[in-house]
Amino acid sequence: MYSLQNTLYVMTPNAYAHLENNTVRIDVEREKRLQVPLHHVGSLVCFGNVMVSPALMHRLADEGKSLVLLETSGRFKARLEGPISGNILLRQAQHRSAGDRGFALELARAIIAGKLKNSRALLVRAARETPDSTEQAALTRTADNLAASLRAAAVATDLDALRGVEGEAARGYFGSLNSVVKPQARAHFALNGRTRRPPLDRFNALLSFLYSMLMNDCRSALETVGLDPQLGFLHAVRPGRAALALDLQEEFRSILADRLALTLINRSQLGPGDFDQREGGVVMLNDRGRRTVITAWQERKQEEITHPLLGMKLPIGVVPFVQARLMARTVRGEMTGYLPYLPK
Amino acid sequence: MTETDPIPLSALQHWAYCPRQCGLIHLEQAFADNIHTARGQAVHRLVDTPGYEMQAGVKVERALPLWCDRLGLIGKADLVEFHPDGRIFPVEFKHGRRRQKHHDDVQLAAQALCLEEMLGRPVTHGAIYHASSRRRREVAITSELRRLVQETTDAIRVMLTSGRLPPPVNDARCRECSLNEICEPAALAAKDIQAELRAELFRTTDPS
Ligand code: SF4
Repeated sequence: MYSLQNTLYVMTPNAYAHLENNTVRIDVEREKRLQVPLHHVGSLVCFGNVMVSPALMHRLADEGKSLVLLETSGRFKARLEGPISGNILLRQAQHRSAGDRGFALELARAIIAGKLKNSRALLVRAARETPDSTEQAALTRTADNLAASLRAAAVATDLDALRGVEGEAARGYFGSLNSVVKPQARAHFALNGRTRRPPLDRFNALLSFLYSMLMNDCRSALETVGLDPQLGFLHAVRPGRAALALDLQEEFRSILADRLALTLINRSQLGPGDFDQREGGVVMLNDRGRRTVITAWQERKQEEITHPLLGMKLPIGVVPFVQARLMARTVRGEMTGYLPYLPK
Repeated sequence: MTETDPIPLSALQHWAYCPRQCGLIHLEQAFADNIHTARGQAVHRLVDTPGYEMQAGVKVERALPLWCDRLGLIGKADLVEFHPDGRIFPVEFKHGRRRQKHHDDVQLAAQALCLEEMLGRPVTHGAIYHASSRRRREVAITSELRRLVQETTDAIRVMLTSGRLPPPVNDARCRECSLNEICEPAALAAKDIQAELRAELFRTTDPS
């Protein structure tokens, strides 16, 4: 129950993924690199120019496993989904509740609360751990500001006000993350706020990549429970944007992505050699860096946590699925409000 | 689902186990494969292959399609025996232990009602075959069972037309239910924990 099925990430350019008996076989330049039984694979994620045989696509679709195509940078491109998923009654309810301003506001409020609390927890912990008293004071100040944002979010009267509170809080939070980086690593990993696409420093490049991975998992989770990933509550609907996946992602950003980024930097698992700077200033993880991050990401997802509402141990990678289900239950009126995941 | 859509016979069994399970599968189209695999593939490989054979003068139909327009039911019988003396005798295969007799009987009775309408002849008895013990238990299709079939079908139809999912039972049944993960019965039932977590949501309390 609640097992975390493996995601098979294929990153080598020109690799060929195909079906051989009941296994997925990956060839690079006509040589076998990997072969895994199909029943160990929950989904296949391909970065950039990876070829996939039609026979493998059919099997994945038949078995309700997804095939996801990402850009080399990790940005979402496309997804192949079999006929199983989809619950029209749930989607109808979702569309009704997204149109219900009161409902949308409360759901968005819960999402923001989850995000703020989890971001704050990261800073509080960092403040406790830093030996530098000036930095400790600064981190504590930002944590206090986030607590104030939380109080403001609790009384925001509309979505715009709520988004304003969140934007302000995010600026403070990202402004502080730099002091969570070990002093020795700061020369290479300076983060002065979050720069949106495209990333202009290594820290942002790392965060962007991790958010893409997280986003992809959130989207899968929503599709699995039958919610429409494009129809959000906090994030406005825009063509081509998976607004609900962005909503679901919020509570996990600091827990799954930011923490992992900091760990990779602070333990020197990533260095400047894992990034490439492109002409014009854009910074991207290179092939080696991506491999390191994906491995760490997979390991992180296996870590066990206790879910406060379910009261049971789960791999943390399953939590987006659990939360997507809670979202579905909220939309269907079986729960009076959404409860974001807050680690104990 | 409109009122005229036939209800699968399997829905009766699901409903008898837990109305929510029935709703999750037949209303929300939850992935029910686990349930069917749990029914014991080995047993069903035997009876899922359509066809018939003669055994000591008895014609045996396997995986026989069934329907009943009067009740709006549709489905399949594992096995139906046609005896030389005219008796029609459905046999439902069950695997494993811990089955509730009553649920099996309702499903068998529903099959009997289908056969009666299809063939225009009374079906007075059927049997449940337990694969694990290789025992056959004969069941009389009583008027009480017939009424239960009617009531269950009506209840399912009401649920399907209303589109409302029944609440979780959250009892011993859930432990053996393969939809547990989708259903989350304990989480939904834990209103106190929900309330507590909700109250916590906008509060910040730190150990420091
Ligand atoms: S988990 Fe329990 S409540 Fe949910 S469908 Fe199964 S038996 Fe019913």
